[in-house]
Amino acid sequence: MIFLQLLWTFLLIGAFTFGGGYSMIALIQGEVVGHYGWMSAEEFADLLALSQITPGPVGINTATYAGYTAVVNAGYPQWAAVCGSLLASMAVVAVPVGLVMLVSQWLLRHKDNAQVAAVMRVLRLVVIGLIAAAALGLVGEESFGTVGMNRRFAVSVAIFAVVFVLALRRKVSPVWLIVGSGLVGLVAYSL
Amino acid sequence: MVKYCDIFWSFFKVGTFTIGGGYAMLPLMRREIVERHGWLDEEEFADQVALSQALPGVFAVNMAATTGYRLRRGAGAAVAIGGNIVMPIVFILAIAIGFRSVKDNAAVEHIFLGLRPAVVALVAAPVFQMARSARLTWSNGWIPVASALAVWLLGVSPIAVVLVAAVGGYLCSLLPHKD
Repeated sequence: MIFLQLLWTFLLIGAFTFGGGYSMIALIQGEVVGHYGWMSAEEFADLLALSQITPGPVGINTATYAGYTAVVNAGYPQWAAVCGSLLASMAVVAVPVGLVMLVSQWLLRHKDNAQVAAVMRVLRLVVIGLIAAAALGLVGEESFGTVGMNRRFAVSVAIFAVVFVLALRRKVSPVWLIVGSGLVGLVAYSL
Repeated sequence: MVKYCDIFWSFFKVGTFTIGGGYAMLPLMRREIVERHGWLDEEEFADQVALSQALPGVFAVNMAATTGYRLRRGAGAAVAIGGNIVMPIVFILAIAIGFRSVKDNAAVEHIFLGLRPAVVALVAAPVFQMARSARLTWSNGWIPVASALAVWLLGVSPIAVVLVAAVGGYLCSLLPHKD
């Protein structure tokens, strides 16, 4: 049952993701954390960190990890979870790849078509909102700790502020921002 | 005729040695496809990029699919995609399996306490970058705001939002314009 749900969910996520990896994160969060509750918000934040620092497209990494964790959390053995992760990553590419075969020639000829352009223009705006919702969905005690005068909250806000400014300027690769924040966490909380 | 093993190996390298997702792969893909093998010229490559952005899904996989398809039809696309995603899947599976056994370790827990606020920042930053490059005004700024509120406050599925927006954009384009 969970396998059918995984297949369907990731087919939909692949079909409705426009505008790159971050908007896929928004869709995966909506379905996997929000709708089905296959993983907690905390597990989702950890997954995002891990998929940023391993090689490969973030969308594939997120789908693979989410498929695995969803099946394990549902109480199935590990081999079933491996199947679930492969199923999720295959499903997430199935619809776009099918479209490549069917419509790529048509789309290349019509990319300046007024209707296609209008739809893409609206989708580009919507994606901004979806990624904002994903970021807001990650703001909570699992990311920052309890609000107040305590070490966890202070360190978390400081890390957030520094990473946000550096990411906005695009001077430092996200890989190093993740590695750096991990080291800061290790030092700040182990002392 | 381009060999399948050349297609596989090119996309294998791109998938295995770039960290940080689709757009980080673009320079390496260009080097393999345009400079090294000459499979496409600059203009054709730019067309593939535009096409891969217009199609839904994972950008890097779309690049592999469109290029592989162009070189050797369906089988070429399958080989390119396989090469692109095989190592990332192996890596992330190994991490997913290994992470469960170490995640209660104190040091690992401390590292992840540091990572989580960083992840929030990494997801929040592109919102501002994209908003700036989209040149939001009062007449179109409500679209991202409404989408964000629908998903975040009302719990509407992002898939439903995309669907409604696509249909809405199409219908608006049919209305007569006041040029």
